[in-house]
Amino acid sequence: MTSDAPRGVDAPPELVQLLTPEGERVEHPDYDIELTDEEVRSLYRDLVLVRRIDLEAVALQRQGELGIWASLLGQEAAQIGSGRALTDADMAFPTYREHGVAWCRDVDPVRLLGLFRGVNHGGWDPAEHNFHLYTIVIGSQTLHAVGYAMGMQRDGGEAATIVYFGDGATSQGDVNESFIWASVFNAPVVFFCQNNQWAISEPLEKQTRIPLYKRASGFGFPGVRVDGNDVFACLAVTRKALQNAREGQGPTLIEAFTYRMGAHTTSDDPTRYRVADELEAWKLKDPIERLKAYLFKNQIADQEYFDKIDAEADALGKDVRRRCLELPDPEPEALFKHVYAAPHALLDEERDQYLTYLAGFER
Amino acid sequence: MTTLTLAKALNEGLRRSMEDDPKVLVMGEDVGRLGGVFRVTDGLHKDFGEDRVIDTPLAESGIIGTAIGLALRGYRPVCEIQFDGFVFPAADQIITQLAKMPLRSLGALKLPVVVRIPCGGGIGAVEHHSESPEAYFTHTAGLRVVACSNPADGYSMIQEAIRSDDPIIFFEPKRRYWDKAEVDLAAPGLPLDRARITRPGADLTLLAYGPMVKTCLEAAAAAEEDGRDIEVVDLRSLNPLDMGVVAESVTRTGRCVVVHEAPVFTGFGAELAARITEQCFYHLESPVLRVGGFSTPYPPSRLEEYYLPDLDRVLDAVDRAFTY
Repeated sequence: MTSDAPRGVDAPPELVQLLTPEGERVEHPDYDIELTDEEVRSLYRDLVLVRRIDLEAVALQRQGELGIWASLLGQEAAQIGSGRALTDADMAFPTYREHGVAWCRDVDPVRLLGLFRGVNHGGWDPAEHNFHLYTIVIGSQTLHAVGYAMGMQRDGGEAATIVYFGDGATSQGDVNESFIWASVFNAPVVFFCQNNQWAISEPLEKQTRIPLYKRASGFGFPGVRVDGNDVFACLAVTRKALQNAREGQGPTLIEAFTYRMGAHTTSDDPTRYRVADELEAWKLKDPIERLKAYLFKNQIADQEYFDKIDAEADALGKDVRRRCLELPDPEPEALFKHVYAAPHALLDEERDQYLTYLAGFER
Repeated sequence: MTTLTLAKALNEGLRRSMEDDPKVLVMGEDVGRLGGVFRVTDGLHKDFGEDRVIDTPLAESGIIGTAIGLALRGYRPVCEIQFDGFVFPAADQIITQLAKMPLRSLGALKLPVVVRIPCGGGIGAVEHHSESPEAYFTHTAGLRVVACSNPADGYSMIQEAIRSDDPIIFFEPKRRYWDKAEVDLAAPGLPLDRARITRPGADLTLLAYGPMVKTCLEAAAAAEEDGRDIEVVDLRSLNPLDMGVVAESVTRTGRCVVVHEAPVFTGFGAELAARITEQCFYHLESPVLRVGGFSTPYPPSRLEEYYLPDLDRVLDAVDRAFTY
């Protein structure tokens, strides 16, 4: 089954695309989008800035300042397109790679770095941003999202939940259970699968024999495959799916067909399992380059604008680096905090004994 | 005072909680129209509707995972796992998510989810319907683990568990579901994390919880005929453990036997024995002895009377404690 041929390079015919890799705007019978020039420039800025944050995080890991980092390189359009489709009232459940969605939800990038640096396991208030904590166990968050959507359903009002996961996660029981739950309860949830072709070293064909978006029909709701490197298409398709969910039409599975241009994490070495040609072919589909070409060709932005965004990105990278290095290590007492909401006698006793023990070294 | 079975007392407690707080939901397999396979949720679907009493698909991980999501949205789900041996598909959601999310959020998130699990054997059931998985959960930081043993506690403990902002694994001794007792529906219950001296005594302490409390009370009554004054402590809460009551009792009696249905090896009794040894060493007249299941999977029902601790095995351990 497994071959070493480049994967996902020839875009399948059923892909929703509004912007070609060459930066040409194309029509689609079911999806369209109207954006002002300012909105298009803003999307470009998002893409560039999150790539820059990601680049800085990889560098910080290489310099020993982060324990690990899961790069989003290549998946910026999928994340910014879907993330910008959300309203404030919508709720997002990420994996551990959704740095672009976090950006759209105004989560300070340094909070994300804190997790990978090891100062905490999360550390932002999900309710403040309507952006849940990163979930590391693959696929677990899909059930949380469906439960949350069922809560929205009971509360009434105009809101939907979106949940992110990858191609590997589609093999998890929890993801399949979440499809069933969402379907039978008609939950207002959008399943946003970033098919980046690789689950660490395992190619897509280790997870599925059919295109992932087609799984939805077996569960009784629509599935759609979108060009995950096309920020316009990702925005249009996600907007529509969210609106359907808010209007009581139930869940949608979106398969964003994209590519993990970097390693799975900084601990990974993709040269051991995939061919270099594949990356080179996908570089031609780069989500930022195609939008830049579109902006340039249509005279929506000029070189001065691009230079300005690059300068902003560099400043952001420096700022993120500085504040990451300034993150204080937690005090030992933090071990015992927030394990329970209410006091827990045995834990309090352990804490007191341990702090007394530690204090013995200070004399 | 009203006479209720344990199942009905739990049902009344659930009903009271649902009346008091519109955010309380009941969810699980067959909890709706059927009222649960043990009828603990009987009538709730009719009175509170399907939005609050949710018959779920048959997938335990899904039950707990979606309950977490509902809790994140501000609801207080009470999940029923139909039988003890079916909790394992949900173990991942319970251990990696439910127990750890409050810490992950640095306290920003609270997860008031109750996981009700009918537990223990003695009902002549097929495999996976008679187990005592409490130690898996007491070993998981972030969870509170409690076990009720009688109708009055069932009524008050379920309500207090639902009010708790922490996730709670709530064990119900299924073979005691049909036992009746007087319940004062107006009386405030003992706090959830407190143990109770159910029968005072001076010579030896029997420590038990859930289904074995009744067995220990019967053993204590039988021992009285031999002139032994046995104290029975119902732990009620396993995590946190009320060591104050335990240590006071064993310090006073000097002897202790722990009784549970779960296998003795690395069972909850091991934790009790270790803590009692640490805290009551100079007061002990004998080592802490344990009576429980063997190091075998739960047996076919025709063998369970040999597997489950009964009055005679408890008394045998009591006798041994007095040989030191």
